[in-house]
Amino acid sequence: MAIEVYRIDDRLIHGQVVVGWGQPLALEFIVLVDDAVAESDWEQDLYRMGVPPEMQVYFVSVAGALERFSEFAQLPSPGLLLTGDTATMRALVEGGAPIPRVSVGGVHHRAGRMPRLRYVYLSATEEADLAAIAARGVAVIAQDVPATIPVPLADVLDGHGE
Amino acid sequence: MSNGRRALVAAHGDLAAGLVGAVARIAGAAAAAHLVPMSNVSLGGAEIADAMRQAVASSGATVVFTDLPAGSCTIAARRVAREVPGLAVVCGVNLPALLSFVLAPTDSATAVRDAVDKGRAAMILVEEGARGD
Repeated sequence: MAIEVYRIDDRLIHGQVVVGWGQPLALEFIVLVDDAVAESDWEQDLYRMGVPPEMQVYFVSVAGALERFSEFAQLPSPGLLLTGDTATMRALVEGGAPIPRVSVGGVHHRAGRMPRLRYVYLSATEEADLAAIAARGVAVIAQDVPATIPVPLADVLDGHGE
Repeated sequence: MSNGRRALVAAHGDLAAGLVGAVARIAGAAAAAHLVPMSNVSLGGAEIADAMRQAVASSGATVVFTDLPAGSCTIAARRVAREVPGLAVVCGVNLPALLSFVLAPTDSATAVRDAVDKGRAAMILVEEGARGD
């Protein structure tokens, strides 16, 4: 499988993604799924700036990701698919993308969110999104960087992940 | 220090506070007072930009030093720079760059360029060790 990590991260492309995951997995591409970023050349330039030149970034909307999913999954090199929120990942799963495992890599503090892990704060709506993803048979875990132990969703929601 | 320039130092973890603390140790508290440290810990992308926007406004910073080119602080700084005319953004900050910035007797724009040159020049392979090969 070309896409090795399906990550939810409200920072989108940043150090943990490019360096933390990119280097040990030798990632050669990122699929960034975000409707707003897919519409903005400036946003795309912003996120592309810090990515090594050998790493390809595909900016797609949810609809575009669903349309091109098999193309990305068949790329010969390892890659990472990234969404900025739980709702977008849920839309991909419910739209039929064959995603085996979703990793919550960073959903940070904001009003209305409850602390679950050091790097995961969730609202009731976001918890419902993750539960809906899991109900589709997708393994949902939390993991910020490869060196940390993945925390199953049940433990995240119980607050027993750390 | 008589110059009135200010800079925000935004980085991962405790790096910014550590760098500013090191500037204070080397150049004195008055020099370090030109720098405002900021961490991205526990903040999402939008929240980092909000915190940076507030810090730039309240401090009067004319430059933001960040750590990683691909990092969330750099991305936030570019967002803020789009809204604040004249705000410079430098990524890859290190201690020599900050020392150069706070001690420079020049105007802010020149101080920023000199800091970049000093920081880049200070990265030297002093001994090319071969252990582990």
